[in-house]
Amino acid sequence: MAENLLLQALSGLASASSLFLVAAGLTVIFGVTRIVNFAHGSLYMLGAYLAWTLVTALPRGPLGFWGGVLGAALLVGLIGVLVEVLLLRRIYRAPELFQLLATFGVVLIVQDLALLVWGPQDLLGPRAPGLRGSVEILGLRFPLYDLFLIAVGPAVLGLLLLLFHRTRWGTLVRAATQDREMVGALGVNQRLLFTSVFFLGACLAGLGGALQLPRESVNLHMDLAIIVEAFVVVVVGGLGSLVGAFLAALLIGELHAFGILVFPRITLVLVFLVMAVVLVLRPHGLLGRPPEAPPAGAGGAEPPLRPAPPALRRLGAAALAAAVLLPPFADAYALSVLTEMAIFVLFAASLHFIMGPGGMASFGHAAYFGLGAYAAALLAKWAAAPMAAGLLLAPFAAGLFGLLFGWFCVRLSGVYAAMLTLAFAQIAWSVAFQWVEVTGGDNGILGVWPDAWAADPLAYYYLTLAFCLGATLLLRRVLHAPFGYALRAQRDSPLRAEALGVDAFQVRWLAFSLAALAAGIAGGFFAYAKGSVFPTALSIPRSVDALLMVLLGGVRTLSGPIVGAIAFTGLQEQLMRLVELWRLALGAVIVALVLFFPQGLAGAARAAYERRHGPAGA
Amino acid sequence: MSDTILETEGLTKEFRGFVAVSDVDLRVRRGTIHGLIGPNGAGKTTCFNLLTKFLQPTRGTIRYDGRDITGKKPAEVARLGLVRSFQISAVFPHLTVLENVRVALQRQRGGSFDFWRSETLLRQYDDRAMALLEDVGIAPYAHLQAGELPYGRKRALEIATTLALDPVMMLLDEPTAGMAHEDVDRIVALVKRVSAGRTVLLVEHNLRVVAGLCDTITVLTRGRVLAEGDYASVSRNPEVIAAYLGTEADKVGVPQHV
Ligand SMILES: Nc1ncnc2c1ncn2[C@@H]1O[C@H](COP(=O)(O)OP(=O)(O)OP(=O)(O)O)[C@@H](O)[C@H]1O
Ligand SMILES: [Mg+2]
Repeated sequence: MAENLLLQALSGLASASSLFLVAAGLTVIFGVTRIVNFAHGSLYMLGAYLAWTLVTALPRGPLGFWGGVLGAALLVGLIGVLVEVLLLRRIYRAPELFQLLATFGVVLIVQDLALLVWGPQDLLGPRAPGLRGSVEILGLRFPLYDLFLIAVGPAVLGLLLLLFHRTRWGTLVRAATQDREMVGALGVNQRLLFTSVFFLGACLAGLGGALQLPRESVNLHMDLAIIVEAFVVVVVGGLGSLVGAFLAALLIGELHAFGILVFPRITLVLVFLVMAVVLVLRPHGLLGRPPEAPPAGAGGAEPPLRPAPPALRRLGAAALAAAVLLPPFADAYALSVLTEMAIFVLFAASLHFIMGPGGMASFGHAAYFGLGAYAAALLAKWAAAPMAAGLLLAPFAAGLFGLLFGWFCVRLSGVYAAMLTLAFAQIAWSVAFQWVEVTGGDNGILGVWPDAWAADPLAYYYLTLAFCLGATLLLRRVLHAPFGYALRAQRDSPLRAEALGVDAFQVRWLAFSLAALAAGIAGGFFAYAKGSVFPTALSIPRSVDALLMVLLGGVRTLSGPIVGAIAFTGLQEQLMRLVELWRLALGAVIVALVLFFPQGLAGAARAAYERRHGPAGA
Repeated sequence: MSDTILETEGLTKEFRGFVAVSDVDLRVRRGTIHGLIGPNGAGKTTCFNLLTKFLQPTRGTIRYDGRDITGKKPAEVARLGLVRSFQISAVFPHLTVLENVRVALQRQRGGSFDFWRSETLLRQYDDRAMALLEDVGIAPYAHLQAGELPYGRKRALEIATTLALDPVMMLLDEPTAGMAHEDVDRIVALVKRVSAGRTVLLVEHNLRVVAGLCDTITVLTRGRVLAEGDYASVSRNPEVIAAYLGTEADKVGVPQHV
């Protein structure tokens, strides 16, 4: 028994090492550039693929293998430089959510490029020459390569610390981590510094990926799998802290190793629970420091809300008339797309509610959408309840979890808030994914069909339209009501709001829960529209969809999320139907959006309108 | 009803060993205008932050209107009628000037958790808000975005917002800083007018304002109370002259803080 535990601990250490390599790069990059690089997992994956190509192409033997691994790391470093120069350099001053989104666009692009180059099948690499066998520890066999990996973690940490403390470049990096402006003032070439830091971080990610070659097969899911874990490690350790990342990697590695033994069913939840607990107890991670300036919400400068100008009202009325009058002439496919649009309009509006006027960042809004969907589906599956009951339960369940998760999330701001919302969403996702008996796991819940009276797609469309549009208009109304003013007031100046007796925490908490409830309504209708629910309903890509809709439309206008949801749903639908590499296209659209259209479609339309007519409404 | 509305005992605040406010016993009489003066860095703003609970004191107690408020939250204190303004003007930059005041009005009438917009309610707020803006002289800017106001007008807006809460006691941190001459006179007149039936605690560098307004003055240096009394006695106190007015004692009443 004791031997088993020791081996488990050792294999935990081995995983911790690779996790640390990735997390170290992520945290160093964040420390200097303040960018949370979603694409870091993609760099890791590219490291593994490139290592496979190099190692299989180079002559067999130690030189070929290790040369391949190091070559892959360097190549990934160069790819990182490319990403930095072409994209990130232009968005260092953008709001955090834009940065997260832009790097997520890179994730999508790399996924399809990797698919193009290496194909969909898993690739197996050779074992490491000289480290093929295993050693005997307390009578049990342990792979030699894992032992080697255990040593790699501390070795890299030591080298990095030496680099940062013993070289001029390292001193500059540390100075920049503490105070970005100061380095600019010192007359250091900031661009070069940022690019070189990105090179180093990307190399580390590539090395982490390349070193996985002898351990596991290379596949297209490596990127998201590792990035979420690396986020956890970096956030738990404290953003920007190398030693913190190392400690957190050990913690998470061991948690995985022993979690499997003790709670085999909830290993995934465990990791995110630990992260949530750490963030609640130490809002800036184990060794992190609070950010210099409280980061603003996702909005940036925002004009006051004004009643919609006549032109917009007329446009809205026309769109509504079209949404009501045209569908009887639509075919089944068009109807399903229209239903989805109505659902996503509400989903996007609920996210906008907290992001724009609320000034809070959420990277896990799909949690509440998915919880609504699962609540409806579970009720249908286990209680054979009528549709009305499911649709009613959906917002309640989502709202309740909104209250619970929100109580933690709204205390934090900026990146940490985004990460905590992400963590809670991943907890929800893990439960749906791992609790197979109840949720069906990856197979989802099937047969969630509307009752007879709403079974006709047209009838269901009208039902969805009525409720989703109604809820969207209600949210809009709340924003113009006293609560909406309190919400925007606390976003603009929390101190001033407190001084006026507005309890900023309560206002944020309630707004968060209200948004969750609204997302739950959307989720319930989504379940019955699709006839099924899968864990993807609460996954990261779903959260990103919502963010894209909001940003596509524009954060700063109330009509933004509506326009954005319609545009996004239409766009994605067409892309998936017509373009083989739709991820690549979508990723490119995201990147272009962030670079050239930061105020979104409705924002751009509004700017154009104001140029002609003077200040207008939202 | 006791004569003292606000009273502190041994109020102390340390920042990592640095004592910003040290053992301050402050008594503010109900219905008076009480001045808090002192050189830069004396601890005046820190005192305000302690009194309004934006900072937790290291030691000491605060009693307001007969109850101990040492453990309360800022929003709770505000709801008890103890309302402050900020030295660095704090407005809601992305709301209009009118909306800034309205947020305070709706809070004062208990409407911050009102999810429904009722036109009559909002109109009622608007009328009152306009009257307040009129009072501080920025009514013509009602529909401008507050962030676009020049500095002095922002201060005026802050006072209007504070007044909107109909406070029992107002804490004003340098209300006239950065204002043009005629605006200063307007604010002085305003403070005098609205102080009827209220208590005001005022931090000011402009001694002309202090002399004209305050019934009692407390002088703070390096976190400690140096002297207390009416303007005439305080301005004659040699210690005050040495600490605060420096060598320019002859210019009492003129020095203008920059
Ligand atoms: N949060 C803080 N952390 C550390 N020191 C602080 C903090 N707030 C204030 N101090 C220090 O406490 C002292 C008193 O500051 P305070 O702002 O209260 O002075 P003041 O009397 O309002 O000055 P002024 O006339 O310039 O407004 C100063 O030395 C200041 O540096
Ligand atoms: Mg001050």
